Amino acid sequence: MTAESRLVVVGHGMVGHRFAEALTARDDAGRFRVTVLSEEARPAYDRVALSSVFDGADEAALRLPPLDPARVDLRLGVSAVSVDTDRRVVTTSAGLEIGYDELVLATGSYPFVPPVPGRDAPGCFVYRTLDDLDAIQSAAASARSGVVIGGGLLGLEAANALRLLGLEPHVVELAPHLMAVQLDEGGGALLAGLISGLGVAVHCGAATTQVLTDPETGRATGVELADGSVIHAGIVVFAAGVRPRDQLARAADLTLGPRGGVAVDETCRSVSDPRVWAIGEVAALDGQLFGLVAPGYAMAETVADRLLGGLATFPGADLATKLKLLGVDVASFGDAHGRTPGALCVVLNDPVRRSYGKLVVSDDTSTLLGGILVGDASRYAMLRPLAGSPLPADPASLLAPDGGDGAGLGALPDTAQICSCNAVTKGQVLSAIAAGAAADVPGLKACTRAGTGCGSCVPTLKQLLTAAGVVQPKALCEHFGASRAELFEITAATGIKTFSELVSRYGRGRGCDICKPAVASILASLHTGDHILDGERAALQDTNDRHLANMQRNGTYSVVPRIPGGEITPAKLKIIAEVAEEFGLYTKITGGQRIDLFGARLEQLPAIWKRLTDAGFESGHAYGKALRTVKSCVGDTWCRYGVQDSVGLAIELELRYRGLRAPHKIKGGVSGCARECAEARSKDFGVIATENGWNLYVGGNGGFRPRHAELLVSDVSREELIKILDRFLMFYIRTADRLQRTAAWIEAMDGGLSHLRDVVVDDRLGICASLEEAMARHIAGYSDEWRAVLEDPARLAKFASFANAPGTPDSAIEFTVERGQRIPAPARPLLPLEPR
Amino acid sequence: MTILATLPLAVLPLTALEPEQGAAVLLPDGTSAAVFLLHDGSVCAIGNLDPFYGAPVLCHGIVGDRAGTPTVASPLGKQVFCLRTGRCLDDPGVTLPVFGVRVDEGVIQLSTAVNVGETALWTS
Repeated sequence: MTAESRLVVVGHGMVGHRFAEALTARDDAGRFRVTVLSEEARPAYDRVALSSVFDGADEAALRLPPLDPARVDLRLGVSAVSVDTDRRVVTTSAGLEIGYDELVLATGSYPFVPPVPGRDAPGCFVYRTLDDLDAIQSAAASARSGVVIGGGLLGLEAANALRLLGLEPHVVELAPHLMAVQLDEGGGALLAGLISGLGVAVHCGAATTQVLTDPETGRATGVELADGSVIHAGIVVFAAGVRPRDQLARAADLTLGPRGGVAVDETCRSVSDPRVWAIGEVAALDGQLFGLVAPGYAMAETVADRLLGGLATFPGADLATKLKLLGVDVASFGDAHGRTPGALCVVLNDPVRRSYGKLVVSDDTSTLLGGILVGDASRYAMLRPLAGSPLPADPASLLAPDGGDGAGLGALPDTAQICSCNAVTKGQVLSAIAAGAAADVPGLKACTRAGTGCGSCVPTLKQLLTAAGVVQPKALCEHFGASRAELFEITAATGIKTFSELVSRYGRGRGCDICKPAVASILASLHTGDHILDGERAALQDTNDRHLANMQRNGTYSVVPRIPGGEITPAKLKIIAEVAEEFGLYTKITGGQRIDLFGARLEQLPAIWKRLTDAGFESGHAYGKALRTVKSCVGDTWCRYGVQDSVGLAIELELRYRGLRAPHKIKGGVSGCARECAEARSKDFGVIATENGWNLYVGGNGGFRPRHAELLVSDVSREELIKILDRFLMFYIRTADRLQRTAAWIEAMDGGLSHLRDVVVDDRLGICASLEEAMARHIAGYSDEWRAVLEDPARLAKFASFANAPGTPDSAIEFTVERGQRIPAPARPLLPLEPR
Repeated sequence: MTILATLPLAVLPLTALEPEQGAAVLLPDGTSAAVFLLHDGSVCAIGNLDPFYGAPVLCHGIVGDRAGTPTVASPLGKQVFCLRTGRCLDDPGVTLPVFGVRVDEGVIQLSTAVNVGETALWTS
């Protein structure tokens, strides 16, 4: 084994981090002792998602997976001040000298601030680090509007951050249109139109001449533009581009690129010092700088491989971009500006659908060179891999909203990348489908990781499944061609209230155990006030709903009274104990903080519930695809760490949504502080208290495939929280498939969580009022369905053991005793069954 | 095969049944039949014991059809049974007893199990 080499990494941004991660992961022999210098006092975080800090994410959510402290000596808050390439020593800001055998520069870039007068005034900021964001946030408290200098990617991100801080944002761009690097004038114009609609004032073709300041305080008060006009703003953010941070290399006399940056070869090694490497935004390959994270990662991987004796090279980068800026899809790939000699353009500018698409093709119209998509970038995943390949169809049809489906996809080579986040190729997706490993999008996500990043390729995955002949049936069953969501809309729109009418008008046959419970659930969601056992409705109910109790393996039932938030008085506990003793029921504490009583015979259920309802209990809907429980910790009432009243909120939510029937069960949780003792993030909706209000997480579940809920909104008031929850739950009820939990529903949604946020937080579809109204109807229509059974002889009659001997116990049900409680006698299945 | 003319195993009024909602009927030997009034007004009866679990629950299953054949789905394991033949459509090796049913003047009479096979339901 060779002696341990000293490897020093200067810079702990996303690229430096990835490098350290990649190297230590592969350096099994421990060849390198790694030291990483981080100028920032916090470990690496996702800089790309910076503005999400104002959109609900907390700092922890941005943090990258920590480096192994046993392998990497990470020095936070320590920067490099000089490099001596002769002595191979880095001098740190702490005054220490660290010797190296290999040096990796990953110092990134710094924001370029144009030399306008007043740019150093208090109230002027750059947009690069979490510290920058903190500073902007503190200043935002006393400002009403903010102006961003720069209308590129970063500038629009910064504008979004200002918007999320509640400021009125302005964007000033020198070029005639937004995102000049990625977009053309048409795309830029549509983008400007779309974000103006969101309250962002866009000023293009405008040069900033000075930052105006208050003569007394010296603070920024706005900017003056070249045409003499003035934008008043308490905050000025410079986001006019970045420059490589190459000062260390410059001072060490390393060769630089013509536009700065450490000149490197295709292995990312300095062209002038073989012991020095440069990766990310500080590296210049053939003079070109790369300001995106993906090429930075590729460089990190290249150097890690080279240091371990590999032969990797950095191939240059595909600067294709797809992102959502202020909720607007923007994508650009290949030769987007048509710079190839003779290139031709096909443009589809659709003001009605508010989308803009341009394809650049070769002079003989045979090859796709690049393109731009704004407003609707759903075609990006299909088009981007085609760049440089023969056009599979007429370019106009490739841009058309519904044209060219599958044609382009079929023409893609197997090596084409479908998911660029996880580098999954079409071939990998197809072989997963062919091997039977995945039959749907969630299956593909699980086995190939495709679609688990930005999610933009999910529609492509669906198309590939369809093209591979995997039927993605939306039909509920043989009786209905419609999906559950469609049936919901049909039922709501027509006002149909019986299955018979629905199946005769919109289906065929007499239904089955799939469509009948689905329709029962839809009817229950739409008409909370109607009892689920009345008339024909009883025949639609699935096993447990049929008798408002959970059928167990021996044909007996379990009974679960509601204990909102898990809070119960001793007196009520006593009632439960008495009922259990009287009816010989097995008792167990559930995971949802209530008590399950097992072993009740059908004919005993009314008597059991009579005792329970008389004592003030009501149905817990443990039998329903409905709201189950809202679990809570004790919160600030008792807990030394609690910051909010979690029990109070849990009870309020459980009572608000009790009886709400849905495509699947719904569980909630409320924790009174970030310690999360209620395990709220394992629920469909989880609420966690913060110092400033509540964070709402959605889409969690335990079960077969456990998932943590993801942050939907943060630091909202109780009122706001309930409003968003109302919308979230109703949107789920309206649009999910049958038996689809919220996690799978969000995962299958085009656009995933961010689309969900668009709909239920930002009301992009304009349906929030109707969602809230539907929830208000549910709440007003709620009554305890067990009490309603006890009050009605016709409903009670459904709880007879035998039609010809209503109170006689069924002798086929037998019990034995284990650990002091009654349990089912061992089952005696009749199989194999011989004809008598 | 001959069906012996014997006393009915059980009688109950037709009004005891609601369309497509089964009911258990206690038989003299202590076992039970699951009796169903179908959408078209006909009545079927099969053994109530779920053969996969040994629990007397088939009367609580959802009634429907598979390609026109009237069915009930086990409320426990969701296996689907043909109401006319007792055959399990999801596991062809499994067949339930089918009882003879006569409906006369609003009264349902169940008679001994018709040995299963493709025999049509013995009904009026």
